[in-house]
Formats: sequence, structure tokens, C-alpha cells
Amino acid sequence: MKVKVLCRNPDDYVRETTRDIQRVPRNYDPTLHPFEVTREYTRALNATKLERIFAKPFVASLDGHRDGINCLAKHSKSLSTVLSGACDGEVKLWNLSKRECLRTIQAHEGFVRGICSRFCGTSFFTVGDDKTVKQWSMEPPGYGLKEEPLNTILGKAVYTGIDHHQTEGTFATCGQTVDIWDEQRTSPIRSFNWGVDSFSCVRYNPVETEILASCASDRSIILYDMREATPLKKVIMQLRSNTLCWNPMEAYNFTCSNEDYNLYTYDMRRLDVPVTVHMDHVSAVLDVDYSPTGKEFVSASFDKTIRIFPKHSGHSREVYHTKRMQHVICVKWSADNKYILSGSDEMNIRLWKANASEKLGVLTAREKVSLNYNQRLREKFQHHPQVQRIARHRHLPRDIFKQKRELREMKEARRRKEQNVRKHSKPGSVPLVTEKEKHVLAVVD
Amino acid sequence: MKRKGVKAAPAVMAGDDNEEELSLDDEEILSASEEEEDASDDERRHTKLLEAISSLGGRRRMKQKERSEASLQVSEFSVSADGAGEKVDLSDLLGDMEKTPGATKKTKKQLKNLQNRKETLELPLSKQQTEKIHRGVAFEKSSKEVSRWESVITQNQKAEQLVFPLRQEPTGHKRVDQVVAGWKAKTPLEQEIFSLLHSNNQPVLDPVLTEVEEASIKAMSLEEAKMRRAELQKARALQSYYESKARRERKIKSKKYHKVQKKSKRKEFLKQFDELMKTDPDGALEELKKMELSRMEERMSLKHQNSGKWAKSKAIMAKYDDSARKAMQEQLEKNKELTMKLVLPSSDEEEEEKNDEDDALPDFVNDPEPIAGSVNPWMRGKLTKEPEPSTAGTETSPLATKDGQSDPRVEEEEEEEEEMETEEEKLLREFESKRKLRQDEDDDLVPVPREEKQNSPVEAGGQVSKGEEKVTDEGVTPFTVIVISEEEEEEEQEEEEEEEEEVVSEFNSLFNRLMNRDGTKGAEQSGTKEAESVAEEEEELLEEGLVRVQTMDDIEALEQDAVNVTGNKRPPAASAAKPPTSEPPNKKKKKEIDLSEVLTKDTKVVKVALAPTMLEEEEEVHTEQTAIIKEAFAGDDVISDFLKEKRKQEEAGREKVVDLTLPGWGEWGGVGLKPSRYKRRKFRLKAPPAPPRKDQKRPDVIISEKRNVSVAAHQVSVLPFPFQNSSQFESCIRSPVGQTWNTQIAFKKLTAPRVVTQLGAIIDPMSREDLLQENHDKTQRTERTGNIALSEKRGNKGKGEGRKTSLLKKKKKKSQQ
Repeated sequence: MKVKVLCRNPDDYVRETTRDIQRVPRNYDPTLHPFEVTREYTRALNATKLERIFAKPFVASLDGHRDGINCLAKHSKSLSTVLSGACDGEVKLWNLSKRECLRTIQAHEGFVRGICSRFCGTSFFTVGDDKTVKQWSMEPPGYGLKEEPLNTILGKAVYTGIDHHQTEGTFATCGQTVDIWDEQRTSPIRSFNWGVDSFSCVRYNPVETEILASCASDRSIILYDMREATPLKKVIMQLRSNTLCWNPMEAYNFTCSNEDYNLYTYDMRRLDVPVTVHMDHVSAVLDVDYSPTGKEFVSASFDKTIRIFPKHSGHSREVYHTKRMQHVICVKWSADNKYILSGSDEMNIRLWKANASEKLGVLTAREKVSLNYNQRLREKFQHHPQVQRIARHRHLPRDIFKQKRELREMKEARRRKEQNVRKHSKPGSVPLVTEKEKHVLAVVD
Repeated sequence: MKRKGVKAAPAVMAGDDNEEELSLDDEEILSASEEEEDASDDERRHTKLLEAISSLGGRRRMKQKERSEASLQVSEFSVSADGAGEKVDLSDLLGDMEKTPGATKKTKKQLKNLQNRKETLELPLSKQQTEKIHRGVAFEKSSKEVSRWESVITQNQKAEQLVFPLRQEPTGHKRVDQVVAGWKAKTPLEQEIFSLLHSNNQPVLDPVLTEVEEASIKAMSLEEAKMRRAELQKARALQSYYESKARRERKIKSKKYHKVQKKSKRKEFLKQFDELMKTDPDGALEELKKMELSRMEERMSLKHQNSGKWAKSKAIMAKYDDSARKAMQEQLEKNKELTMKLVLPSSDEEEEEKNDEDDALPDFVNDPEPIAGSVNPWMRGKLTKEPEPSTAGTETSPLATKDGQSDPRVEEEEEEEEEMETEEEKLLREFESKRKLRQDEDDDLVPVPREEKQNSPVEAGGQVSKGEEKVTDEGVTPFTVIVISEEEEEEEQEEEEEEEEEVVSEFNSLFNRLMNRDGTKGAEQSGTKEAESVAEEEEELLEEGLVRVQTMDDIEALEQDAVNVTGNKRPPAASAAKPPTSEPPNKKKKKEIDLSEVLTKDTKVVKVALAPTMLEEEEEVHTEQTAIIKEAFAGDDVISDFLKEKRKQEEAGREKVVDLTLPGWGEWGGVGLKPSRYKRRKFRLKAPPAPPRKDQKRPDVIISEKRNVSVAAHQVSVLPFPFQNSSQFESCIRSPVGQTWNTQIAFKKLTAPRVVTQLGAIIDPMSREDLLQENHDKTQRTERTGNIALSEKRGNKGKGEGRKTSLLKKKKKKSQQ
């Protein structure tokens, strides 16, 4: 006789180790788990609320400078090291994990205008109001020795910015002209001049490393190629751009921060119309820096706020401000995509989380899973009004809020007027100009 | 641009190199004054002499050139530009040219021509123009160079997940020599061992893998191999699964199972046939012919008529044997089925559709929940079993009148209502009197013996029966009974159950379809509305305000705020569209339940066996109770209330005629004068007919089409950007992502974050190596995705689409190489 016996495979219910969580057989029959949408909606709502509750972006403040901070630089090889230059010519090296100052150098007389670290991380360069370019070692000098620059180059005019090449021993400065320097030489190997005599910023393209861009005082942005004798192209905008930053993951895109409260993302191949206009600031935008993933960028403004923009979006996804933070002059996104550093007028460097509600430190596997799930839910239900409302709400200081409202009204009035003019004039005589086209005056070949 | 002369060169080169330009300029200046040249010549000779003398001394002393002041001409190598003063003529160079044997004849000829030419050269282009041209060329070049990245960038933008840093160490085993290469002997012991090894010529960098092995590893990556294996496994599993299924099905002996199977097959066939009708009418006709033929054959033959030998024997057995009877019955059924005339599609399709719709609502739709021991007459739900001749014609059902305007029938109904009311009143009065009686009895405390009651049902029972009669008049007759022998009863019950089940499932599917259709319609409508109301400008991502949200309470408050805001923003669309209509003066007559309104299907005679053995006493009690309950709910006509409410809603939804006639304008006014017909016609504004209600054909429900504000606060009013229509968006929302509904792997894939970064790792910008690698990967990936698509197709053929599998999007994971 054949006897049939019920049997179970122990693999289905026995844990491999006692540290594993218990194996629970699940039945995925949808009839057993009804109301999936409503349940997930509730979860999404809760996740959004929690996200807002946990949104505490401010991490630390580094104080020690005795004047406003004028420039910041990341160490190219160490995440915890940051360099900052102040308006009194002092340069400080900071250790972020300990939140303390490692070194203080009286680098220049007058402002430290620009600072950048060498690609290998062994030294850094500073430029200042005293018409010098100085190279400093990253290592502190031995005991009892004075801080001395490795090299000093005396120039003829004030340098206002500096940037180092990604892989080679060359760097670029700007001032009256845009100069390309070899580290070994005391004179520029190339200097570009194109009708302007005052530049505010020069930046190397981190991907196509031979290409540069600079912002000039005649409201233009000029592109260069290090290998060519002449600049490439120039776009003139309605107002001056203060700084620009290349997207580290997209070779041809860069974003510039403008005096007209906006930021503009350009494709360097098509300069006549910006790809995106990023609005939200209520005062001049002073600095911009891309996240190392190239998905977002952070901007610092004269209106005492920092804003984070997705690269494709016309509006910011986040705004950071504190009562004590004054005009933010410089901002940097850390190389691990986790933090944002801002240097402001009131002598402090502030460290922010790039993702306001992120939990710092190492996460357990289950934490990670639940965070991912919450993130996904928020994304899925982001268009639902309740979720949207909670997720979007931000606190703003009263004066900025008022200014914003005022700006909106002005814009609306302008739009209305334009509409009226169009309505009462011959059809076709007042052409429609899009927001993007408005801000570009000319492209000069 | 044309450049012929040699002289044009310096002008063109001007921008190229500053120093060169300067030196050339100097050349010209110096050539102008020869005296200076002589002086410098002397100087040079002097220095040469000095050098010669110093060299005699043995040690050469290098003289450091120092830069005392900033000058234009600075040399990097601290070498003074000695030869700067000398002038080189073209003729000097050419003289050498003629002597050199290497120069080609062609160039010599060209040079000669040049020398002999008398014309002046063309003026070179202006500096601005040349620079512009240079810039144009340079820009073209660099933009072309930059465009190489386009594919990589778009790929990254589309990628479901990006893992940073981009260049990561390849996972897996490393060869020993790779590990060793980066290692250096540090401690003295290590050094010693190292030296020993070297002295013995021990192979330190022993290649672990041979060339062939490496090649084989490169040929098929682990992923690929895994994928292929999974594919094969899947195919094999499917095959074996189907084989075993077929075997199992063949072995099943249960007749019932096969019956069900057959039924399902038949159903499927019918479905196919329907489809055929739509797609290929000729094929359908042939099918029909075949069916007709089989019917004819059946009619001709005596095959299933229970007239054969076997049938006769069974008939004898049937008295005693259950199964035999069943078999006979089956035979008869088959016959019936085969001889049934086929219904050909009629010409009037609309009518048929209507019929279908009506048929689609089986009787149990109107059934309330069956409560076993319910005594509430309203809850007994035997409405459907009432044989009503008037309902036979569905075409004349008042459903049609609903959307139309008033009917002569309505008036009749009203009259009936009046009658009804009187009847009801009578009933109530009777109950009242009864209650009084009972109270008197209670007051008197005279227990009435039961037996007496039993024995004299004339009084009490008479009343009850009267009541029942009344009830029947109302149309709530409990049963129609046909007595069948007990033995057959069971069978039929079973069959009925089966049928019922079928009908239920059919109904469910139909219901779902209806619902879906309604849903999609509504969605489309809303979609169009949304499209209109899409704002011109991009919406802001943040809603910035002065409120600081710090606790959960704040967030709750925010929510309420949102509700208010949305409530204020959009007043319910329905109310906006339809002006509030004043209720027409209610007629005080009650309406009778019109069966034809409640029932849309022909009633079915239900065969229920009588339970003959029942104690009369119990029945008595039961009837008494029913009487009491009936009394309690006497004025409480649930169904008519419901219908009334429904009618009211319909009335409210209907567009009203707006009368704007003003008496006296443009004609005589006064008491008793009516505005002219022309005027009345002109100033009575008839609104266009409202779209048909969703519950028009469903008497048992009221579907409110008004916007519910409390729900609307949680609903999406505008179609979000990436979606093209509302159904897309809805399907996206409908598919759950949680662990409760998805398998572990699916869940992981669904919740995978867009950007993954490593803790504490520096993310370097993209570099040229990435570009090369991406290109390499892309070619590989296209091959791989091709494979996946193929395998998916195969899977779908085998199984049909699973919900979850279809949801899982293909992950274009960035390979970690």
C-alpha cells in the first residue's frame, strides 16, 4: 500500500542562522490584501509627514574667520578637508569631521579672491587683491617654521578668480584677462582677451578638461579652449553673471548665477537660448555649485538663502536659511553628494545636509529598505494634493516672503501689460518672447 | 579666405603666439637702425671673448640672469633673446633651398614663380575678421568634440538607477599578480623573504589564469551566463508543468469536473464565436451553419431521446438508482441543448443591446442580503419571485420613460398610488386596533391558551391572512410553490446552485466591465477638463510661507489648511454647471412600487420543495411575529423611499427650462393677459439635455455624480506631467509597490533608489575613460536587452500576462564595470 505523507521542505521555514529574521511564508493573493491604493496612500502621507518632521538640514557652523568669507574650495582627495578664504586675506583649512580649524595662513593683503586645490591634493592656489598668485602646500610647515608659499607669481593686475585643471599641471586665472598658466612657469602660457577687461570667474570644464568658461563684467559669458589661440564664443545677457559652474556629468552643460535673481543653464553648443531658467531667489545670485552626481545644483544668494535646484527644474526643491546667516557669498557641494557648505558675510562657514531629512551615518539593511520604500511612495503619490502640500511647505523669513510676493506681483503686472499691448496693436507687431529668450541679448561669434 | 603671400603669415599668426609676434615686431624696428646693430655686434664679440677666457680656467661659471623688473619680454628659461636683432632675408633661405638636393622640383618651381611675380599681394584680412573666422572654426571643433558625450548623457538621464562613483573596482576575484602588483615589501622580514625568492628565481608573478581561460571569462560574463541559465530553467519548468497538468487532467474521473470543464470550454467557444462575428463574419456564418447542421441531425435522430435500449434499461433502474436517473436526465438535457434553436442576430441592434443590458442584471441584484431567519418582511427579499405579467415586455418598461419627459402612464401610476394609500391606511388602522386589543388583553391579564388560538384560527389567522393578502397586493408575495418529488429536489438544487454561480460570475464580470467603462469615461472627461486648466507657467516646487512646521500637529494643521484651500479653489463642478433648481411642488400622493421599475428581468419560477413536516404551532408563532414586524414597519416602505430619493436626484440633475418672459414688454399688459406665444417661445431657454446618468439602467443604486468635497481634497485634479492620459496615471497609482503585494525581488526592484552613492566615497567627474567604456557597454547592452525581450515574449506566450511581471520594468542598471 502506498502511503502519502505530507511533508515540508525545511528550506522553506528554517533560518540559516539565528541572526536572520524569521521566515514568514507570504500569500500574495490580491484578494487577501485589499485596499492597496488607500493603504499605500496613507503610508505615503505618513512618510511625507515624517520626512518634513525629520528635515533638519543644518549640521554645523565653523567659525574662526575674522572677516566675511569670500571663497571656498574642496580638497580634491579628502572629503573632510575644506579650504576657505576671507576678505581680510586669511586662508583657513578646516577639518569637517572634527569641525575645527587645522591651519590659518595670512595669504594675501586684502581679499582672498579665489582659491582652488590641485588635482592631486598636495597643494592649493590662492589669488588675492595684492596681484599675486600663491601656491601653498597642503601639509602644515614643521614646528617653528613660518607659513611660506611654495611659489609666488607677481602679476600686473588684480586676479579675481582661479581654477585648476582636472588632470594636468595648469591652471587658469582671471582678472583683466583670462590667463592659462603652467605651474612651472612664471608667465602665463596663454592669455585670452576679447574686448573686456574685467572678469569675475573662470572655470574649467571637469569633463572636457580643455574647455573653459568665464563671466565678464560686460554681462557676457565667454567660452575658451585651452588649445586654441582665440576664445570660442560669447553670449551677452541682460545682466551680469557672477559665477558659473559646469555640470560634472554632462560635458556641455553649465549653469551661471546672474544678478537678475535667476540662474541659467546653458548648453555650450547653443548659447542663444538657455536650456532652463531657474527662478526663486529674490536677490542677486552670487555663487553656484553642482552636486557631484550632476543631478542638482546649489546656489547662494544675496537674499541670505541657499537654494537647491534640480538641474531640469525651473524652481528650487529646497531652501535653507537661518536667522544669523547673512548674504551668502560662496557655496560648495561636497564630493560625496551628502553635504553643502556655505560661506557667508558674517564670518561663518555652515555645513548643511544636501538632503534635509536624510539620516546620517550607517544604516541597517532594514532601515535602508524602509527608507527606499518611503521614498518610492512619496514619489508615487507626489501629485496628490495632501502629500504635495505637506512636502512642499517651507518656512521663509518674513522679509523674503514679502519680497517674493512683490516680485510675483511685478511680474504679473508686466505680463498683463504686455498682453494688453499685444491686444491693442497690429497683430504680429508685438512678437511673443518666451521667458528663456528674454534674458539673452546677443551671441557673439 | 585666400592666403597667397608669405607676408600674410605674420598677420595671421598674430593671435597664435604673443612672443613670436613681438619678436617679429622687434625685427622690423631693429632693421631700421643699423648703427645699433653694429654696436650690439661688438658687444657680442666681447662677451664671446670673455667666455672663451673663462673656459680656459677649467670651470665654467654660469651666469644667472636675473629679472630686475617686469618687462614684456620674459623668457622662461632665463635665456636672453640673443638673435633677436638679426634679420633674415627670404633670399638667404632660398639660396640654400636651391642647393639642397631634398627639395622637390615642384616647390622650387613655385618659389621661382613667386620671385618672378611683379603683382602686389592682396591685403590681408583685418585682425577682427580673421579672429572671428578663427573663433568660428575653433567653436565648431570644440562643440563637435563635446557632442561625443551626448549618447552617454542621454543614457544616464534615462537610466533607472545610477551608481556613483562611476568607476568602481570590478567585483569578483582578482588574480594574484594583480594583487601583488600594488604590494611592496615593507618590513625587514618581508624584504628578506622577497630577496630569497628572487635569488631562487621563484616566479612571483605567476599567471594564475591561462590565456584561454581569460578569453573564456571575457567571452561570457557571469551575468550573461546566469541569464541564459535562468531562461533555460524557465523553459524547462514550464514544459514539465504543462505536461504534468495535462496528465493530471486526463486522469481525473470526476464527472462534475468534466462537466464544469466542458461548460467553460463552451463558454470560451461562445466568446470566440462572438469575436469571430466581429472580425470575420463569413467564418462565423460557417460556424453557425455547422451548429445548425448538428441541430438538424439531432432532431432527425433519436440519439438522446431516451428511447434506446440503454435508456429503457435505465428507466427501469431509475426507480431505485439515483445515478441512473441522473444519466437519463443528462441525456435529455443534451437533446434539449442540441435542438435548441439558435438566435440569429437581429437587425435592430440597439434593441438587442438594451435587452442584453437588462438581462445582464440578474435577479439577485435586487435581492437584499439573505438573512436566514429574518422575519422582517422587507428584508426577506422575495420580490423577485413575484410572477408579474406586465414585466414580460421590457421594451415598455418605465426605464425608457425615465430619461424622456412625462408620460401618460405616470398619471395612472399616481391614481394607483392614491388607491394604494387608502389601502395602506386601512392596514395601519387595522394594526392599530389589533394593538389596542392586545393591550387590553395584557391589561386584563387574561392569558389566552395557545391551543385555543390554534383551534380557532378564524380570528387571529384570518387577520393575518388578510394582512398577507394585502401584502401580496403590494407585490411582496413570499413564494410560488411547485411541488416536486423529494428525490429530484436535490439534483435540481445542485444544478441551480451551479447556475447561480455561473450567473454570479457572469454578473461580476459584467459589473466590472460596466464599472470600468464608467470609470474610464469619467476619467476622460476629467482629463479634458484638466487639459484646459493646465497652467501656462511651470509650477513652483515649493510653497513657501511664514509658517514653520516643526511637529506633527503643525503638519495636521497644514492638511486642514489644504482642504480649505482646495475647497475654496474649486467649488464642486456639478453645482457650478447646474444652477440650483427649485424642487417642483411635491405631489402629496405616494408612489407605489412599480415592479417593472425594480425588476428588469423576467421573473423566474422558483421551484422550492415544501417542507411538509412542520409543527403548526411554530408556524403560528412565526406568523404572529411576522405580523408584529409588519405592523412595526407598516408605514416604512424602504424600497419606495429609495426610488423616490432616486427620482428626486434625477429630477435635480435634469436641466430646467428658464423662463425669461416679461409681460408687458413690447405688447399690451394688464390683468389676465398672457404674453404672446412668440415671446414665450423666444424667451424660454431650454438647456441642452444632460448626459445620461450612470445609474440610469441600474434601478438598485444611486450613483451620485456630484463632486464630493471631502474626497476631492485627496484627489488629483490635474493630470501630472509625464502622463499622457488619466488611465496611465490611474494604472500607475493602482499598482502597489509595497511588500504586502509584491514578492521580495519585485519589491526591491520597484523601490530601488534613482541615485546610489557610496558612503564616504568621492565622486569624480566623468572622464574620457568613462566615455570609452560607455560606448563599449552600450554595444553589449543592446545585445543583452534583445535577449531579455525575447525571453519575455516567450514567457507571455506560455502563461499569459501576470500583473506583477508586467509591472516590473526592465532595469537598465548601469553596469558596474
